[in-house]
Amino acid sequence: MSNVSNDANESATNEQPQSTNRRKFLTVATSVIGGIGAAGAAVPFVASWNPSAKAKAAGADVEVDISGIAPGQLIRVMWRSKPVWIVRRTPELLASLEGVEGDLRDPNSENEQQPAYAKNRYRSIKEEYLVLVGICTHLGCSPQHLTDGAFSEYAEGVPEGFFCPCHGSKFDMAGRVFKAVPAPLNLVVPPHQFLSDTTVLIGSDA
Amino acid sequence: MNGLLNWIEQRIPMMRVANMHAIQYPAPVNMNFWYVFGFLATIVLVNQIVTGIWLTMNFEPSAERAFASVEYIMREVDYGWLIRYMHSTGASAFFIVVYMHMFRGMIYGSYQKPRELLWVFGMLIYLALMAEAFMGYVLPWGQMSYWGAQVIVSLFSAIPVIGPDLVIWIQGDYVISGATLNRFFALHVIALPLVIVILVFLHIIALHEVGSNNPDGIAIKHKKGSLAEEDKTPYEIHEYYTSKYDIANDVVPFFPHIVLKDLVAFSIFLAGFAYVLFFAPEMGGKFLEHPNFEIANPLKTPEHIFPVWYFTPFYAILKAVPDKLFGVLAMFGAIAALFAMPWLDRGTVRSWRYRCGLHKWNLIVFAIVFIFLGYLGGTPQENWKIIASQIATVMYFGFFGLLWIYSKNEKTKPVPERITK
Repeated sequence: MSNVSNDANESATNEQPQSTNRRKFLTVATSVIGGIGAAGAAVPFVASWNPSAKAKAAGADVEVDISGIAPGQLIRVMWRSKPVWIVRRTPELLASLEGVEGDLRDPNSENEQQPAYAKNRYRSIKEEYLVLVGICTHLGCSPQHLTDGAFSEYAEGVPEGFFCPCHGSKFDMAGRVFKAVPAPLNLVVPPHQFLSDTTVLIGSDA
Repeated sequence: MNGLLNWIEQRIPMMRVANMHAIQYPAPVNMNFWYVFGFLATIVLVNQIVTGIWLTMNFEPSAERAFASVEYIMREVDYGWLIRYMHSTGASAFFIVVYMHMFRGMIYGSYQKPRELLWVFGMLIYLALMAEAFMGYVLPWGQMSYWGAQVIVSLFSAIPVIGPDLVIWIQGDYVISGATLNRFFALHVIALPLVIVILVFLHIIALHEVGSNNPDGIAIKHKKGSLAEEDKTPYEIHEYYTSKYDIANDVVPFFPHIVLKDLVAFSIFLAGFAYVLFFAPEMGGKFLEHPNFEIANPLKTPEHIFPVWYFTPFYAILKAVPDKLFGVLAMFGAIAALFAMPWLDRGTVRSWRYRCGLHKWNLIVFAIVFIFLGYLGGTPQENWKIIASQIATVMYFGFFGLLWIYSKNEKTKPVPERITK
C-alpha cells in the first residue's frame, strides 16, 4: 500500500515542471470563463431592481403643447401623480420679480429646489414660461394662483403670486418662498426641456 | 445513552465543538459587567429572528396593505401587539447592547493586535444591523417610514455622476413606492438576517481563535513551555487551546462560570426590557416615532424628520456639514473611522487601566460627544445646534486624530505579566 502511494508521489514530482504551466493556464482560463459566466448571471438580478415597465409607464415624461397658453395664464398637467403648473408670464410680471426679492427667503435659489439651468431670477429656461411642481414645500397642499391684485391682500404691493390656503405660505411668480411663512423652501422646478417653441417635455432634461 | 452519543459523535463532532467553543473555552477570571453585552446581543438577535418570523405571518408587504396589516397585528391578532412590541423594542435594545459592547472594546483595547479582524467583523455586524434596522423601519409604511426612507435613500444621490440613477435603481421607481417597500421587506427578512447570522458566526470563530480580552488587557495564553506547572490553569480546558499554548491560572471554563454570570445579566436586562415592552413601548416617541402612526403620504412631509435614536449621532454629523456630498462623506467617514480603530491606535498597551490619563479622558469625552450628537440629531434644528453639532463633529473625529498622535509614544503604566499575580 505504502509502495503504491510512494510511486504516485514520485511520478507527480517528476512531471511537475511540465504540468504546473498547463495547470496554471487551465486554472486561469477556467476562472476567467467562470467569472464571465458569474458576471453574466448577475445581470438579471441587478437589472430586476430597475423600475418595472408599469412603474416606467406611470412615471413617464409628459409632453405638453404650450402654444395655446395666453399671456398670464396658468395650465395644470399631471406628472408622476403630482400637479405641474406651466405659467406664461407677461413682461410686466417678469420685470416685477426683482422688486420682491427683499421679502424672500431664498431669492437666489441657493437651495437645490431646481435643476441648475433654472437657478436664476426667473427660475426657468425661457423667462416667459415658468414650470413648477404645484405642491407646497411645507406640508404638501397645492397653493392657489392669485392674480389681479388678489395676492396683495397677503403680500402688500405684490399683485400676483401663489398662496397656500392650508397654512398661509406665500410664493412669488417664480415660485420663490416669502419670509415668515411655514414653508421652508422654494417650490420645486421639475426637470424639463423645450422640444420646440411650442412643446415642453416634463420629466427629462437630457 | 452513552452508546447513542458515541454513535452520533463518530458521525458529527457535536460534543467536540460544544466543548471547544462553549464548555471548555478558557475565559479570563477578571471579566466584569462590561463582558455581558456580547451574550445579550446574541439573545436579542434570537428575539428578533423569532418575533420577526411571527410578524411575517400577518404582515403584508405592499404600499396598499402594509400599514393596515400592522394595525391588524396590533388589534386583532392574539398577542400580535406583544410580538410586534418585542420586535420594535428589541431593535432599540439591540443597539443599546451593541453600543455598550463596542465601547467595552474601545476602553479595554479589544481591537488591538491580534484582534483586528475580530473588531472588523464586529463592525460589519454593526453595519449590517444598521441596514437591517433602517429597512425594518420602512415596513410599517407610516409617515416616518416613508420620509425617513426618502432622506436616507436620497443620500446616495450625493454620489457624483451615478448618484441620481443609483437612487432610482434602489427605489425601483422614481419615488419611494410599493416597489421599494417590497424589496426592503425581502432584504429585511431574508438577505440581511442571513448576513448577520453568518457574520456573528465568523465573529465568534475569530474570537475563539485569538481568545477573549479582559479588563486588564493581559494575555492568558502564554508560549508553550513558558509556564511552570503550578502557574497553569487547573481547570479542564479544551486541548485545542492547551495544545498550542500554556493557559495561565487566570482563566475559568466558559461553562458554567461565564454562562451563569451572563444569565444574571440577562435577568437584569430582561427586567428592563419587559418594563419598556409593557409600559413604554413607544419610549415617548423615541423607539416608535409619533408621525409613524399616520399612514405614509408622499404629498405631505412631516414637520420634522428624524431617524430613530440609534442613527441620530450620524444624522447630526450629516446635518452639521453645509455641503451635501461632504456631509454624506463625513457621515460615512464617522463609521469608517471606527473600522480603522485597530490601525489608528498605535499603542501596544490595551486596557485604559494602564494607559495615559489623556487616553482615559479622550474615551470619556468621545462617549459624551457621541451621546450629545445623538441628542442634536434627534431634536429640531435651531441656530445654536448647528454650531454645536459642528463643534461636536470636529470633536468626534478629533478623538481618532488625538488617539493616533499620542498612541505613538505614549507614557503607559507598567502592565502586570499575569492577571492574578
